[in-house]
Amino acid sequence: MSEAKVPAWVNIALIPFLNILLAFIVSGLVILAIGENPIEAAGYLVYGAFGYDEGIGYTLYYATNLIFTGLAVSVAFKGGLFNIGGEGQAYIGGLGVGLVCLALDHTMPLYIIAPLAIIGAAVFGAAWAYIPAYLQARRGSHIVITTIMFNFIASSLMVYLIVNWLKEDGRMAPNSRTFEENAWLPYLHELLSPLGIDIGDSPLNLAFIIALICCVFVWGLIWHTRWGYQLRTLGTNPTAARYAGIDTAKVTIWAMLISGGLAGFVGINEIMGVNHNLLLNFTAGYGFAGIAVSLMGRNHPIGIVLAAILFGALYQGGAELAFEIPTITPEIVVVIQGLVILFSGALEHMFKDRIEGFFIRRAVA
Amino acid sequence: MTNNTVPFAIELRDISKRFGAVQANKDICLQVPAGTIHGIIGENGAGKSTLMSIIYGFYEADTGFIEVDGKRVDIRSSQDAIDAGIGMVHQHFMLVENFSVLENVVLGAEGGALLKGGLTAARVELQRLAKEYSLDIDVDAIVEELPVGLQQRVEILKALYRGARILILDEPTGVLTPQEADHLFRILKSLKEQGVTVLLITHKLREIMASTDNVSVMRQGEMVAHRETQHTNTQELAELMVGKKVRLTVNKDEAQPSDVFLSAKNLTQFDSQGVKRLKEVSLELRAGEILGIAGVSGNGQSELLNVLSGITPMSEGEIQFAGQTITAKAPKDAAQMRDLKMAHVPEDRHKMGLVTGFEAYEAAVLGYHNSASYNGKILMDHKAMLEECKVRMADWDVRPPNPHLKTANFSGGNQQKIVIAREVEQNPDVLLIGQPTRGVDIGAIENIHEQIVKLRDSGKAILLVSVELDEIMALSDRIIVMFDGAVVGELDAKDADERTLGLMMANAYNKEEQGVSA
Repeated sequence: MSEAKVPAWVNIALIPFLNILLAFIVSGLVILAIGENPIEAAGYLVYGAFGYDEGIGYTLYYATNLIFTGLAVSVAFKGGLFNIGGEGQAYIGGLGVGLVCLALDHTMPLYIIAPLAIIGAAVFGAAWAYIPAYLQARRGSHIVITTIMFNFIASSLMVYLIVNWLKEDGRMAPNSRTFEENAWLPYLHELLSPLGIDIGDSPLNLAFIIALICCVFVWGLIWHTRWGYQLRTLGTNPTAARYAGIDTAKVTIWAMLISGGLAGFVGINEIMGVNHNLLLNFTAGYGFAGIAVSLMGRNHPIGIVLAAILFGALYQGGAELAFEIPTITPEIVVVIQGLVILFSGALEHMFKDRIEGFFIRRAVA
Repeated sequence: MTNNTVPFAIELRDISKRFGAVQANKDICLQVPAGTIHGIIGENGAGKSTLMSIIYGFYEADTGFIEVDGKRVDIRSSQDAIDAGIGMVHQHFMLVENFSVLENVVLGAEGGALLKGGLTAARVELQRLAKEYSLDIDVDAIVEELPVGLQQRVEILKALYRGARILILDEPTGVLTPQEADHLFRILKSLKEQGVTVLLITHKLREIMASTDNVSVMRQGEMVAHRETQHTNTQELAELMVGKKVRLTVNKDEAQPSDVFLSAKNLTQFDSQGVKRLKEVSLELRAGEILGIAGVSGNGQSELLNVLSGITPMSEGEIQFAGQTITAKAPKDAAQMRDLKMAHVPEDRHKMGLVTGFEAYEAAVLGYHNSASYNGKILMDHKAMLEECKVRMADWDVRPPNPHLKTANFSGGNQQKIVIAREVEQNPDVLLIGQPTRGVDIGAIENIHEQIVKLRDSGKAILLVSVELDEIMALSDRIIVMFDGAVVGELDAKDADERTLGLMMANAYNKEEQGVSA
């Protein structure tokens, strides 16, 4: 059969760009419908996200969480597993971070607490993913169902633990005491100011760097190790995996452990980096948004970073937008985010055939 | 054919269809006179099935149009095709297995919200059809209890019931015994006498010669020739299919079998539903011989390969191999069997033998990915993998010799070469090889057969599973026939002929040759 090539940039750049463009056009219609000027709104959104140092800081701070959960989804997805439980794994991962900080912040310095908290996040997140993984690998319970249920269980468990055990005595607020400052992960603006670099005050902290390190780790793991080879084989062709003698149950379980551990790192950013206490609902839907980030980023670390920054910009710019134009409520901002997810995630292939066809015809002609 | 005043039953004009980067059909023109059997022949991947799917409304053509009885029709769905009088019998039957024949036939044409009226009308109509076309069948039988040949008859009835005057059969004999296939061709002849036009899609030259009036040849998405069957021959058709001269025999010397490399006793395997798929299969595999397993597809050959190679655990029995005794209680998985120097070319390279999303150099280490030669301390040694892949591609003439090309983008023959090279180059003691040339073009078949014989001559043991009798007879030194999960016959390749094997494959040998042991 005759073969014609579609240029690589079409799939990597042009199609995602068109999808986002379409999402913004439809968003513009929504804003028109409520009687506001979409151009003006877009201006506030972009300025809020990227226009000044603090805005960029916030954007990257949101992106940090989304990189963790996006990577979590992608590692599982490479093994053919749809991990919907990032939310619960992040929540329990935060518990791990919180317990380490609460236990050690009176006695230990940061350089001891930080590694232990990172391990705590990974171990707790992985443990929460282990049960659905085990049930899938050894008992055949579907991982989508079990991970969804485990999100609810995580949520209830955290309410119980915080309200009954970890709440600060004599206070009504459902959160733990604030950690001592030596259990706070340093903000990037604090780290950079001695070097004479001013990036403005924002919650952006060391967890962002950890997220980037995780990207490199995941990239190496998936594309350059034997385990990654087995994972990708299992994910694309389970029959071939059995033919190759790959222990599919073991690979499944490890994939979920790594996925859960990555999701757990959200706790580093939120609990140790920003809130400095253990509180309810700090995951705020990042686990679910991670699915969209991973989809849009084509399950590749670089794509995930870019998609996470886009979504982070929507969070941050959207908040700014809702502040500047009061008729655009936070709910409308959620609608815009939803449209981006719809067009770049669910409707990802809407233009694909037509655009590829166009380039093939052009290449043939 | 152009000055004909009688309109053709079906005529295709300049049909083209492209899937992404692949041009599956290119400017296809075809004229089929009414009341004839018209064969369409071509190798797997030549675009036959795509073309039929366009006629039957599964795909829409990018360009071109279809005329039925001289009138242009716009077929956008299978319902449009049915309305135009076109019926299709798919290679894999589209039947509801636990429904009766009658229920299957009315499916999609129930004729109302309540079933009773439609069923009664259908019963009368079916009796008429069965009489007219001599297609006897018990309309109340449950489909899954019928033999494959009869299931296919249900498919034909289904099409006729919907008023088909043009019947498309896609590789109809792939699942049939030679005897069942002969019966099918008799049915097609009687359909033709009743004025039905038949389009027969196949890659088997013998069937074309035996049953068609005209034949069209497809190659690489294009229609390359039209012939009247009586004015052509298999050699010419084979050349048209592949575009060069071909040789259909294998040169090999007498086998020199020596030590028993592998012996299996009473291998039995139950599937997850508890159905016995392998029934007490015993066999011995000797160094320096090719043992052929003949049988109609789905009679336990796949299960045998999977159990021998360690992919599925056996339920009962034992295997002696490389000084080890493997039983249900002491199993070995596929990786361990590989370590004992057993290689396996699986029957289905897409489902099992390759990861089509991988680049060639990655797929070329599947199953051997733990080997030290492909690994550094922590990371895989992609450089070594690439180097080796390049060498093998050159040695085995894999085209294009690009280790970075996605496996899916190689042709069937080249994919198969990647798999066979991977397994043979590990220098195994025992090679299990399933359907080595399925979907492989004739040029590559020769090459693959030569390699298998070369491996035998170097003192290795080879177990060959194939549904192509020609291949079994050409390659094997000894032949075992399987039916319904059991071994029903064994014979020396010298004594094998098509008729004997065909009867054994249908488990009819003993019945016909009373007293002859099988």
